[in-house]
Amino acid sequence: MSAGIIVSISVAYVALLFGIAYLADRSEKAGRSWVNSPYIYALSLAVYCTAWTYYGSVGRAATSGLGFLPTYLGPVILAPVWWLLLRKIILISKSQRITSIADFISSRYGKSTWLGVIATLIAVLGVIPYISIQLKAIANSFDLLAMRGQLSPNSHYDTPFYADSALYIAISLAAFAILFGTRNLDPNERHGGLVAAIAFESLVKLIAFLAVGLFVTYGVFNGMGDIFTQASAVPRINELFTLQAVGLDGWEWFWLLFVSMSAVMLLPRQFHVSVVENIEPGHVARASWMFPLYLLLINIFVLPIAVAGLLLFPQGGIEPDSYVLSIPLALGQDALALFVGLGGFSAATSMVIVSVIALSIMIGNNLVLPLLLRSQQINQSGQGELNAGLLGIRRISIVIVLLLAYAYFRGVGERYTLVSVGLISFTAIAQFVPVVLGGIYWKRATKQGAIWGLCIGFLVWAFALPVPTLVEAGLLDARLMEEGAWGISLLRPHALLGLEGSSPVASAAFWSLLLNTCVYVGVSLATQQSPLEASQADLFVDIYKYRSGSSDYEVVRRQARVRDLRTLLNRFLGMAKAEALLQAYEKRKQLDLSQQKNADAGLVNYAETHLAGAIGAASAKIIIGSIAKEDPISLEEMFRVLEQTKEIVQYSKALEKKSAELERTTLQLKQANEQLKELDRLKADFVTTVTHELRTPITSIKALSKIMLENKGMDHAQREEFLSIVVSESERLTRLINQVLDLERLQSMEGRSLDLQPISLTELAHKAFNGLAQLMKEKGIQAEISLPEGPLEVMGHFDRLTQVVVNLLSNAIKFCDSEQGQVSLRAYRQGGMAVLLVGDNGPGISEKDQALIFGKFTQISDTEKGKPKGSGLGLFITQAIVDQHQGRISVSSQPGKGASFRVEIPIYGIRKSPVRAQ
Amino acid sequence: MNKDRNAKQLSLLILAFLLLNFPLVGLFSKAGLLGGLPPLYVYIFSVWLLIIGLTAWLNRRPAASSKY
Repeated sequence: MSAGIIVSISVAYVALLFGIAYLADRSEKAGRSWVNSPYIYALSLAVYCTAWTYYGSVGRAATSGLGFLPTYLGPVILAPVWWLLLRKIILISKSQRITSIADFISSRYGKSTWLGVIATLIAVLGVIPYISIQLKAIANSFDLLAMRGQLSPNSHYDTPFYADSALYIAISLAAFAILFGTRNLDPNERHGGLVAAIAFESLVKLIAFLAVGLFVTYGVFNGMGDIFTQASAVPRINELFTLQAVGLDGWEWFWLLFVSMSAVMLLPRQFHVSVVENIEPGHVARASWMFPLYLLLINIFVLPIAVAGLLLFPQGGIEPDSYVLSIPLALGQDALALFVGLGGFSAATSMVIVSVIALSIMIGNNLVLPLLLRSQQINQSGQGELNAGLLGIRRISIVIVLLLAYAYFRGVGERYTLVSVGLISFTAIAQFVPVVLGGIYWKRATKQGAIWGLCIGFLVWAFALPVPTLVEAGLLDARLMEEGAWGISLLRPHALLGLEGSSPVASAAFWSLLLNTCVYVGVSLATQQSPLEASQADLFVDIYKYRSGSSDYEVVRRQARVRDLRTLLNRFLGMAKAEALLQAYEKRKQLDLSQQKNADAGLVNYAETHLAGAIGAASAKIIIGSIAKEDPISLEEMFRVLEQTKEIVQYSKALEKKSAELERTTLQLKQANEQLKELDRLKADFVTTVTHELRTPITSIKALSKIMLENKGMDHAQREEFLSIVVSESERLTRLINQVLDLERLQSMEGRSLDLQPISLTELAHKAFNGLAQLMKEKGIQAEISLPEGPLEVMGHFDRLTQVVVNLLSNAIKFCDSEQGQVSLRAYRQGGMAVLLVGDNGPGISEKDQALIFGKFTQISDTEKGKPKGSGLGLFITQAIVDQHQGRISVSSQPGKGASFRVEIPIYGIRKSPVRAQ
Repeated sequence: MNKDRNAKQLSLLILAFLLLNFPLVGLFSKAGLLGGLPPLYVYIFSVWLLIIGLTAWLNRRPAASSKY
């Protein structure tokens, strides 16, 4: 077969792919997309099966039997929970417009630029070996087809690069990827045409592989039984049927399963087809069993073909990696060989194209753009659309990635089998597992934890897997392998930390993931999240909550001018798309943006999410940040937003407060009621007492008057005595009535202050004393008065204060010794107080009674002296008046030695805060 | 209903993990042929088919997707 025919068939095949892509794009634009189907989705996931699967599995099976299988069993084990895991990632990515695995990680940890850069670097460096093996596979299959199997194995190593077919394959793949993936900038980073072409390629590689499998099994041999029976006769081949014989133990088996489980979800191209290109999350349900079925079909003939190859080429000399092509070629089946070659071409190209597109999006959005934006270059070169610039960045990154892959292929890749190089990439990608799984199930995970975990994991990986390949390629000193880095034997790449006897992939995966996870968890627990990180964490972990709630999730309240937003969208998305987006927003919110100067937080977030779809979350955050004013958001404020139940809590708190208020009011009412009841009782007591007091003199007046009326012949002296009693009782009655009236007046005055005027206490005391002087003289009482020389002015009510003095003097007169009565009135100044002292030489007041005498109707029951002499109201009224003057009244007495009442009233001019008396 | 299905899917994951790992895989890693085929080959592909069948059965109602 001439090289020309092979090349032209390949070109025709590529043209067919373009045709399919074109049709798919057109049907999508017309709104009846046939890409939107679970079958196409499942087939596009089969981009997982690359040249590694197509050629490499057979090669691996020829040396380690079923040891090739964990790569496919991993996805099969994981598929049952895709509905939980993959769909969650898809829903998160749709709501955040995530465009790549690096964007996903950066977005989860507070849209961190650095995390995006680190994840991109890991992805790019990790996947480059993987792309290089695709180049190797395509180049080898071309050579095989062109030379019909007569090929020396090291051809590429010896040819100069400009004559190397692999270089031209790399260049044409770059062109192919650029044409497919960077024609325009889709805000959702979806390429319907690409997906259709990939699905078609998956179909081609499956059919081609099944064709060669059926040909070998049933054309060359008589079924599988025949192949295996023949093989079991050859001890060297028979060994392949057990795992122990090929040196595979449970430890390595487990790690191979683990890295492939992570690869099928997190490899940049797998993330791209399964998440970014996903149209309907519901498709995951069918894909989760159809994809494992696809894997089963493409793997079922691997072992038979490998064994057949070993049987057919017993002398060796043919690389097992190429058995799939070599067997038909050796048996003269050129047409089948060509078809098989086309299948291999499909497997390799689909992988390369999707990978470089996914990587270029990452490099553009998460590496180049954020760094450019940080250095503010784009803000200054404001004119023109950045659209073209973004696409340019992506195109350049595609070319760079492929050239790097070619360089790796030239330098290293050719010495290794397809599978061993592929596993290096898988282990690199497995470093994403802790940050992604933690990211969607563990809210506490922080940006610092993710950064440190990824960095440590990546360094361990780099040291344990790619470094040894560089050593073997002669790029590094070979002593590294024997003696370890810096001569430390614990740092030997293949026996890291002394773990020997395990395969390089297993021990690298173990150490890197162990350290990665520990550091990730440890640093996360030791650091705090920023508000943005916390809100993103909540969005990722509780995506179902936010999806069911229709309201926009608004974390950061920002404001920007509508004009600025429009300019930004125009620049990054192009005029037409920007307009369409803004119109969609206007329609949804029912408003007219041309009327508004300032955009609200909702519009700013809307613009950011859609920009994120085009340029990645971290870049969008920086760009929007350049035009939007951000209200600093406190943690408290954010938690208010986060806690959906908060409102309810507040409501119930308000209710609680209300009910507490009610309780308090009830209590107050109860107390008031008690007081009222008490007052009522007092009033009743008062009325009873007053009535009793009134009745006593009336009874005596009535009785005496009656006697005098009935006994006409009563002698004069007797009558005189009776009449004097009647008069004195009437006086008592009058006094009593006056006092009750006084009391009534006092009580109605309660709460109101008296109309006070400065008055002279000396003058007042003198006047009151003089008023009673006659009475005392009549009773033979020795009266004594002592007043100061100077003025003693107080603020007071003249009549009231007079009443105080009169009351006290009357009491003194009433109670002083009946034979040699003595009454004294003294006034003087003590500190800021004017003091009035009224004393007598009566029987005194017992200590018990001293506490009672100022109460209402307290009369000192003096059983020896018969009926009481007072109404019981005098002192009560006196105290009330003194109180109204902010004064104090007290009594000091000892039984048998008289009593002395002391009244203190603040002196006018030095009056300070009111002092209330007891 | 949804919770129930999640639990079943998780259980299937664990079952698949146990069936496709050592020591069970090691039990079938034996010399000799079973109906003309290596026992390990027969075992792994049977488990594989079983998992596909069970996953399909658990996801048999794609209508559930319209819920979201």
